[in-house]
Amino acid sequence: MDQTSPTPERTHESVTFAQGLALDCGRSLRSLTVAYRSVGTLNATRSNAILICHALTGDQYVADTNPMTGKPGWWERVVGPGLPIDTDKFFVVCTNVLGGCMGTTGPSSPHDERAPEPWGTNFPAVTINDMVRAQKRFITHLGVEKLFAVIGGSMGGMQALSWAALYPESVFAAVPIAAAAYHSAQNIAFHEIGRQAIAADPLFHDGRYWSHGVTPERGLAVARMTAHITYVSEAALTRKFGRKLQDVANLSALGDRFEVESYLQYQGSSFVRRFDANSYLTITRAMDLFDLAAPHNGVLSSAFSGTRTRFLLVSFSSDWLFPTAQSRSLARALNHVAANVSFVEVESDKGHDAFLLDEPDFHRILRGFLAGCAEHAGLA
Amino acid sequence: MSEPKKIRVDLALIAGMVAPHSRVLDIGCSDGLLIEHLFRNLQCDARGLELDMAAVTRAVTHGLPVMQGDADSDLATYPDGAFDYVVLSRTLQAVEKPREVLRQMLRIGTHAIVSFPNFGHWSLRLQLLFNGRMPMTSNWNRMWFETPNIHPCTIQDFFALCETDGYRVERWLAADEAGARTPWRRSRTLANLFGEQGLFLLRKA
Repeated sequence: MDQTSPTPERTHESVTFAQGLALDCGRSLRSLTVAYRSVGTLNATRSNAILICHALTGDQYVADTNPMTGKPGWWERVVGPGLPIDTDKFFVVCTNVLGGCMGTTGPSSPHDERAPEPWGTNFPAVTINDMVRAQKRFITHLGVEKLFAVIGGSMGGMQALSWAALYPESVFAAVPIAAAAYHSAQNIAFHEIGRQAIAADPLFHDGRYWSHGVTPERGLAVARMTAHITYVSEAALTRKFGRKLQDVANLSALGDRFEVESYLQYQGSSFVRRFDANSYLTITRAMDLFDLAAPHNGVLSSAFSGTRTRFLLVSFSSDWLFPTAQSRSLARALNHVAANVSFVEVESDKGHDAFLLDEPDFHRILRGFLAGCAEHAGLA
Repeated sequence: MSEPKKIRVDLALIAGMVAPHSRVLDIGCSDGLLIEHLFRNLQCDARGLELDMAAVTRAVTHGLPVMQGDADSDLATYPDGAFDYVVLSRTLQAVEKPREVLRQMLRIGTHAIVSFPNFGHWSLRLQLLFNGRMPMTSNWNRMWFETPNIHPCTIQDFFALCETDGYRVERWLAADEAGARTPWRRSRTLANLFGEQGLFLLRKA
């Protein structure tokens, strides 16, 4: 791509749009950079593109090795040759969300007026719709008018819904997984704990930690630990750790005692190495602000009036963060506008994170749905 | 598009009542045999609603648009006239409020296609008469305390309900156990005695 920057170490493949982006909050970004990864080949009619939207702490490395962590793509079980999202058939793209810290414009990007100083906490509040508008800009840049599918779990599912609501003619199929039409009070409450933990870290320096050459690791780790508990189910924690003790010989000493504690601490410490605290604040706020029905006087179905998009809603039985009831009410709202909806709850004890894990039923459902849609779209 | 496949004989009878290129909702669609047939062979926009999650999973895995839901509570969520045909095959007797389900079907669809096992069949009558016990047949094969068929009715009962609620019976027929049509077409009384299933095409009068 002509505007793509060269790819030295630690930079991500990206496109910069000089015309900037107007945001829901009323402010504008003067320039917009979108970092992305793509796999597969765009066909001649540009009709086989699938956009994958990542979750809160995800990134664009959906199918290939993440250069920050060295770990495989976060959906390596799902996206690839012969896999449910088959890169032999589809051209798959994933962009880092607006407000993120993996190359797309966000709080760690240079400030519009004070560059090279980063935005930090002066980064404008963004919404899920803003993220989607940034993605739309990128998709248009690729020359794709209509996406074959927009697929995402959790916050990625919110983006898929937002795509279907904002650009119905540009989305043949939408697959919101373990998602909801709004962030519930309970969801917001958990996010607030994380944000407070970050703010309370003395190294946070009111968000100007970068000017002190430090990062609020403790606070960010606690935020991650709290959030992680909401991603798993009680049954999964019990299955993995139960009440197992870490170091039985050393019970008198203070420190981790239960295996689940050191597991959580590991989750926290590995997270702080790859994530920016101000991005965490920005993106959790964007999720909290999400309410598809709000601009439609609270009538969710109005967000989808006249839609011709085919929907697949998937929930997981043990997900208590985005419970099945949320997907069911979405399905019913879509029924109100006679939309084409498939809706399945997958039996799993793995909680909200199930969409990232090895769930054969879910993978079969996704594959089957896409195959059915490909036939209807004339791609088969 | 693959070659037209043979489908179950009862589903073929239902499909015979559906016009090509129409919008169809199949309530209790199981793993979606009928909607697949309607899509492939009649180019219908056919969708399904199914209570059993395992069946829904099989249908969606097969690429069919099916949502998990309940006839008793979910039909109310569709708009008026959303479909040309709303199908309820061998399920009416198992829903909580059959009359309300029928009302919803003819609100959201121009036509309703309904099939149900006929409780007026002679073998059921004889069993009740001679044994004094709830009948057990291949259609009615669960004990009274565990049967999902909580609202059995006869072909005559169904005609009576249609009349009360103002539904026009455009077509009807009695079928044998496999769903093949039987010759009791002219006489409701004979159909009610010898038909194992009733199949009706209704619209609002």
